[in-house]
Amino acid sequence: MEMQSQQKSTNYWSLLLIGVFKENAIFRLAISLCPAIAVTTGLKTGTLMGIAVVFVTVMVNITVSAIRAFIHPKIRIPVFMLIISGWVTVADLSMAAFARDAYKQMGLYIQLIVAFASILTRAEVFASKRSVVPSFFDGIGSGIGFMFALICISFFRELLGKGALWGVDIIHAKPLLIMLLPTGGFIATGILMGFFNWIDIRFYGGKGAGGAGGH
Amino acid sequence: MLRHRLNLKDGKIIRKIMEAGKENKLIVSVSPHIKSSESVDKIMWTVTATLLPTFVMGVYYFGPKAVIVTLLCIIGSLLSEYFVQKLAGKDISLKDGSAVLTGLLLGMNMPSTLPFYIPLLSSFVAVAITKQLFGGLGYNIFNPALMGRAFALITWPRAMTTWAEPIANFTGMDAKTTATPLGILKEQGLDKLLEVFGSKMHLYSELLLGHRAGSLGETSVIAILIGAAFLLLRGYITLRIPAAFLAAVAAGAWVFGGKQGIFTGDPLVHVLSGGLMLGAFYMATDYVTCPTTKKGQMLFGAGCGLLTILIRLKAGYPEGVMFSILIMNCFTPLIDRGFRTEVFGAKKKA
Repeated sequence: MEMQSQQKSTNYWSLLLIGVFKENAIFRLAISLCPAIAVTTGLKTGTLMGIAVVFVTVMVNITVSAIRAFIHPKIRIPVFMLIISGWVTVADLSMAAFARDAYKQMGLYIQLIVAFASILTRAEVFASKRSVVPSFFDGIGSGIGFMFALICISFFRELLGKGALWGVDIIHAKPLLIMLLPTGGFIATGILMGFFNWIDIRFYGGKGAGGAGGH
Repeated sequence: MLRHRLNLKDGKIIRKIMEAGKENKLIVSVSPHIKSSESVDKIMWTVTATLLPTFVMGVYYFGPKAVIVTLLCIIGSLLSEYFVQKLAGKDISLKDGSAVLTGLLLGMNMPSTLPFYIPLLSSFVAVAITKQLFGGLGYNIFNPALMGRAFALITWPRAMTTWAEPIANFTGMDAKTTATPLGILKEQGLDKLLEVFGSKMHLYSELLLGHRAGSLGETSVIAILIGAAFLLLRGYITLRIPAAFLAAVAAGAWVFGGKQGIFTGDPLVHVLSGGLMLGAFYMATDYVTCPTTKKGQMLFGAGCGLLTILIRLKAGYPEGVMFSILIMNCFTPLIDRGFRTEVFGAKKKA
């Protein structure tokens, strides 16, 4: 009995790790690149966006998994979208209530979480087929993976573009203005993606993210 | 057309094949069978050599700093090419001259008053990111040198638009800074430009000779034309893209450039100033990033010209040659599809 629970917990742990590294939405699957570029001009906005995404992913995964028996396969995507928009509204309104300044900066992008491919992917691929507890861990894994990617990208973009971190001026200069523009977002994302691919190939014998691309 | 060309040469080819057949050396291979003595290396080094007059004029007007900026660009290009190819485990191809050419062109596109890191980083973007990451020579979508310059202009807007006044002597190391003719034209209009240069004829002659502020290699129209004439005579470039480019700019300037209404603009000022000559003859004609068909090339050139004049007259930048060529680079695959040539011997689709 104890053995079994141990085995289960390692399973959950690996579910979580898969979401963060092996199936990282941005660096490995190359989906949801729009927010990865739009909100990552500062470490602060990037992190807050990541937190919001973790929340929405987990809640959507739990909800979808809980009611999966009642969703007719033919209308599952609209139902998923309704669930996602419901939870995004929750995140949007709570952020507006409790983190007013950050909310003003993020503006539209919190509401745009509705359209993130990574969340719909998890609902369709995982939560609609598995029970609540694994779905919860899968949601946490993929959400944290997303947040991790946003933090990595926004770290370099803010440091190189503004010479600052978390809004605090560090190098007293603006070395590479281009990093603040969307172009810089693409360059930073591409270089980091290459770096994580290299780690995967070099240390884990993977094949890189080349074949796994989505939209 | 194609059949005619084959008829001229197949006598020779058949004789060759028969000779080879006699010696039991019949080689069976896929086309093309007609080889020329041209090679990538030869073309690249020749184009580099034809840029020498332009480079000399740049040094003449902007002093030793022009040499430093150009050398830094070339060194940066060579280092980036070497490191990326080394990392990727490819053959090192520094000898083919393409990195040197990219560096030289990038240097020609920069003002002389830059801190050392700007040429180095821009040439890294040009060669490592724009060329090598897309697969190396022949696979890049965008013109590497222009991409390097676009990166520099966006990243260091102030440094990249601080133009030194042409001095034509080697004593004054720190020349005064001034605006380019196009900058004056944009901010203060043609009248101010005439005031600065005196008469209209003087303006034209100064633009032709290159005694004006600007990037190192763009100012002297005559030097660029000498190099370009050599390339045209050797058949390395054709007139299609540059002619369409210049004609479109001239037409656009004539029709929309005037203040008194349409058809009152001054086409010559627009054609002679800015980086148009350098762009039209050396950048837009880059083999890799321009269309391959004749009609496609003309459309490409005209598109570059129209975008250039649109940016010059209406957009925020005084000069638009760089952006227009980069934008048209995006359309090259589309243009190639649109003007696909008929495959020899293939049946027409009903």
